[in-house]
Amino acid sequence: MNTAILVRDVTKTYAEGAGSVSALRGVDLEVRRGEMVMLVGPSGSGKTTLLSIMGCILSATAGTVVIDGEQVSRLPESELPRVRRDHMGFVFQGFNLFPTLSAAENVGLMLDVKGIRGPQARKQSYELLDSVGLADKFDTSPANLSGGQKQRVAIARALAGDPGIILADEPTAALDSHTGRSVMEMLKSLAHERGRAVVVVTHDPRVVEFGDRAIRIEDGLIASQESKK
Amino acid sequence: MFTLAKRNLFHDKLRLAVTLTGIVFAVVLIVIELGLFVGFTRTTSALIDHSHVDLWVTSSHVPYLELGVPMNERKLYQVEAVPGIAGVEKYIVRYSRWNRLDGGQDQIQVVGFDPDRNWGGPWNVVEGDVRDLKIPDGVMVDDVYKKKLGVSRIGEVFEINGHRARVVGFTHDIRSFTTSPCVFTSFRNALDYVPIEGNQTTYLLVKAEAGADLETVRQNILERVEGVDVLTSAEFSHLTQRYWTFTTGAGIAILLGAILGLLVGFVVVAQTIYATTMDHLKEFGTLKAMGAPNRYVREVILVQAIIAAVLGYALGMLISGFVVHFGQPAGAPIVMNWWMATAALVITLTMCAGASLISINKVTRLDPATVFKG
Repeated sequence: MNTAILVRDVTKTYAEGAGSVSALRGVDLEVRRGEMVMLVGPSGSGKTTLLSIMGCILSATAGTVVIDGEQVSRLPESELPRVRRDHMGFVFQGFNLFPTLSAAENVGLMLDVKGIRGPQARKQSYELLDSVGLADKFDTSPANLSGGQKQRVAIARALAGDPGIILADEPTAALDSHTGRSVMEMLKSLAHERGRAVVVVTHDPRVVEFGDRAIRIEDGLIASQESKK
Repeated sequence: MFTLAKRNLFHDKLRLAVTLTGIVFAVVLIVIELGLFVGFTRTTSALIDHSHVDLWVTSSHVPYLELGVPMNERKLYQVEAVPGIAGVEKYIVRYSRWNRLDGGQDQIQVVGFDPDRNWGGPWNVVEGDVRDLKIPDGVMVDDVYKKKLGVSRIGEVFEINGHRARVVGFTHDIRSFTTSPCVFTSFRNALDYVPIEGNQTTYLLVKAEAGADLETVRQNILERVEGVDVLTSAEFSHLTQRYWTFTTGAGIAILLGAILGLLVGFVVVAQTIYATTMDHLKEFGTLKAMGAPNRYVREVILVQAIIAAVLGYALGMLISGFVVHFGQPAGAPIVMNWWMATAALVITLTMCAGASLISINKVTRLDPATVFKG
C-alpha cells in the first residue's frame, strides 16, 4: 500500500494569553491507501488538531507533513487550498451542506471548485449520489433529507473530483446508531474497495471497530495504537 | 458558483427586498438628480447654445446672460466696421412683468431679437411662425408655460410692462431654470416691454465671415470698441452655466442629492450583503476548507452583488422613467439619455461591488479551521 499521509514529529502550539498551550507534542503517523484509521481520545486531546494538520487546514508549529509524496509543511499558506482541493475530501460532524442548494448542487459545487462544470459536472454529481444510494434525491433540498441521507450527500461531495484521502470529523456524532453504522460501512468500503486513505476522528466507541487501526491520542501524544491486522 | 451566489441572494426574500429597495432608491436618486443637474445646466445656457452666432459682445464684466448691462447701439456700427464680420444684430434679454387676463402677474424673461435673421430666437416652434413676431405686438411663448401665463391659444392679448402683447405662436420645451418663462419677441417690441432706452441694447450678436479667425476678429473688436467684452458662444455658455450651477449653489445642491443617494444606497447594500454573508459564514468556511481559494469565495460574493445591482438598476430605471415622464409636463427639466443610463449602470455596479468589499474582507480572513469546531 502507498503512503498517503506521513506525519513526522509534528507539534502544534497555540498562544494563550501570555503563555502557550501545546495541542500536539511530537506526533508520528503514517496512513496508507486502502486503510481506514480511527483517531480516538478524550476531548481536547489533540485529535481534531491532528486531523486539521493532515488536512492542510492548520499549519504545524514544527515537524513534517507529506501528502501523496508532496511535503506540505513547507508550503506557503496560499498553496494549501490547492493541496486540499487536489488530494482531499472532507466529511464534517454537522454535515455542512449548503442549505440553499439541492443534493446534486451540493456535490456539483465541489466539482465547480475543482474546475469541473457543465454536463460533465451534472453527470458526475448523479453518479456520486448514486454511489451513496441517493440517486432519487438528486433535486432534494438538504432540509428534506434525514441525518443519514445528509451525511451520505456529504460523503458524495467529499468524493467529488476523486480525491485519494478522505478526512472525517465525528461523522456519526449527529446520527442514530443504525445510521451511524451504515455511514461507517460506507467510509470503510471507500478505503477497502476503492483504495482511499480514510482518517476518522471519533468519540463513539461503537464505531472504532470499523477502522483498520485505532490510534488513541492523549495530551497531544499518541498514547496507543491498535491494529486489526 | 453562480448557482450558489444566486441561491444565497434569493433564499431570504425579505432581505432581497431590502437590498433591492436600497439599490432602487440610490438609482432613482442618482438618475433624477443627475438628470436635473444636466437639464438645469443646459437650460441656463439654452438661449446662447441655440443662438447660432460666433461671438457675443457684452458690456464689460457681465457675469452671466441674465445680467446683461445696456450699452449704446452706436457700438453696433463700430462692430460692423471691424474686418472679418459677416453681420451684427442687437439682442435683448431682460426681466419684465406679464399681466394675465385674470389680473395676476408673473415675472417673465423678454428675449428681443431680429425675426428676419432669427439669431438668438426661438427654436422648436410648434405653432405660428417666427416672422409673425414682426407685427408690432407679437410674442411667442412656450407651451410648457401656457397655464402659468394664462395662455390658451394664438391671438390672445396680454400686457407686458403696460404694453399690449399678442400671442402669435408657441414653442415647445424651451424651459426656464428660474420661475420666469422666456417670451420671444422682436427687438423693436422688446424695447417697449423692458425698461431700457430706445437707443440701447444688452448684447450684440456677431457672425464672422466664413473662414475668419475668431480670435483675430475678437481682438479687432476689442481694439476698436471701448467698454466691452467679446466672448465666443461656447465661452459665454460656460460662464453662464458656471454661475448658475456653482456660484448660486443650486447645482451643488442637486449634485449633493445625487451623492446622498449614492451614499444611502451604498450603506443599505453593504449592510444587507454583509448580513447575508454572515448568515452563510459557516458555508463559506466549508468552501474554504474543501479547498476553494479566496478568489472563488470573493467571486461568489461579488456575483451576488452584481445580480442585485442589475436587478436594482432595472427597477430603478423603470421608476426613473416614470418620474421623468410625469415630471416633464410639470416643468422639471430632467434629462435622461443613453449615456446617463450607462453612467448610472456603471455607478450602480461600482456601488454594489464596493459595498461587497466589507463582506469579501470578512470571508477572506475567515479561518477554514472553524469548520471543525462543531
